[in-house]
Amino acid sequence: MKKTIPPALEGTATMSEFGVQRRNMLKFFGASAALLTVGSACKSDTPSNGGINLGSGDVGILNYAYALEQLEAAFYIKVVASPYSGISALETEYLTDIRNHEVGHREFFRAAITAAAPGSIIPDLEVNFSSIDFTSRASVLGAAKAFEDLGVTAYNGAGQLISTTGNGPTYLTLAGKIVSVEARHAALIADLLSNGSFAATTDVNGLDMARTPAQVLAIAGTYITTTLDASNLPS
Amino acid sequence: MNLQNIITEIEKVDPEVYNRFDNRRKVMKQFANLSGKLALAAVPIAVASMFNKAYGTPPTPAVNAVLNFALTLEYLEAEFYNNIVGSPGYLTASAAAQGALTKIRDDENKHVIFLKTVLGSAAVPKPTFDFTAGNGSGTGPFAGYLASYPVQLAMAQTFEDTGVRAYKGQATALQSDRTVLTAALNIHSVEARHASHIRQMRRALDAAVPAAQKPLKPWITLNYSGIDFPPAQANINLSYAGEEITTQAGVNIVGLGGSFNTAAAASEGFDEPLTMAEVLAIVDPFIV
Repeated sequence: MKKTIPPALEGTATMSEFGVQRRNMLKFFGASAALLTVGSACKSDTPSNGGINLGSGDVGILNYAYALEQLEAAFYIKVVASPYSGISALETEYLTDIRNHEVGHREFFRAAITAAAPGSIIPDLEVNFSSIDFTSRASVLGAAKAFEDLGVTAYNGAGQLISTTGNGPTYLTLAGKIVSVEARHAALIADLLSNGSFAATTDVNGLDMARTPAQVLAIAGTYITTTLDASNLPS
Repeated sequence: MNLQNIITEIEKVDPEVYNRFDNRRKVMKQFANLSGKLALAAVPIAVASMFNKAYGTPPTPAVNAVLNFALTLEYLEAEFYNNIVGSPGYLTASAAAQGALTKIRDDENKHVIFLKTVLGSAAVPKPTFDFTAGNGSGTGPFAGYLASYPVQLAMAQTFEDTGVRAYKGQATALQSDRTVLTAALNIHSVEARHASHIRQMRRALDAAVPAAQKPLKPWITLNYSGIDFPPAQANINLSYAGEEITTQAGVNIVGLGGSFNTAAAASEGFDEPLTMAEVLAIVDPFIV
């Protein structure tokens, strides 16, 4: 057995940040928290890349989503803090809304994972947006579209990896609650770039895509300095 | 009474549906009582509660039953867009708007074909629809929809937002079949893309959005429909009821991460599911 998270990184998120909600969260997640923690602490000997281990089971999937939401939130915080030149009032309104949603998603996962498996939560990630020109509308909206479309395919692909027992169904519904908002974002951003392209990504059956965690992290890795190890995620 | 048709359709894939309601005679008696005693506007809620009693607890409907439920909704959406594309109301819209409605029409027709393919011989046939929401009378509250682009968009928005909630509500019932679950999620997010764009179109039109609910956004704020259409308002509101919640799995989102998340933002960031019963009650007036 080895720990999923290096000891030095544990406890990055402090419970005091969540104040009075802690009791409710514990009440909700309490029953399976012990099991999940045990599960994520027992590693298989799947080869890893030496990075931050997302863990296994449902907590692994929650950490995976948390990582993506950290990336999106960090991006939109920067976009709103330093708007691109020529930004319209409508675009400012929409991008501020999206920032708020993504911060909400990030903080939701931080709280939920902390409640379910406090020893297994991944730390705050270091991001790298050096490839994005935040003064350029095309660069910012292009990156936003990439992030939103990636998020949609990530959640669509993660649904089937969530367990059917314990809190699994609850997590699946939560993922569903978030992915449709990501899809609303994706459509809006696509329309800002080219009006009418809200669903241009659909396939011959009129379906969106799904991506595996490995596929998603290979793309997201461009923007995340911290190496993430997805080798123990369910498949 | 179209409710009987819905039950009949469900019975094809879930032969025990009547057992879930105690027995067939009781179901029909409940229907009779409903239509006799309740105001029309209250019927959907009563029906939802009846279905909830039957399906609210395990066993969940079989995967095929869920797929046929989805197919029924896709039939509804596809035929709606097939009807409005080229209609007098549609022809008053901009070229961009016409293009968007055509794109959505094409997606919905593809969803119908896809689900029919997946279901094969188990697929339910297309119901007869009454898009006036008149239960077959042709004189329901949306009677003028073919001539009115704003009404078409209001209906489209409600159908898309309801579709998103409907798929979301069935995800856990599909967990036993990973392939089907993923396909359903891949449709679910497309419906959300459609909803996002239709809502932008309605904002651009600035028509029939109640002042207190402006601005209309691509995402759902609280339980606002953003639609002001008194003849069908009660039914429209059912499609948005429950969207206002701000606590997810015991975590209150409001105020998390600094001051970013107001109740409005917290509600927008999470879309909410509807049960099969709730959705069937919403679409009931459109199915003959």
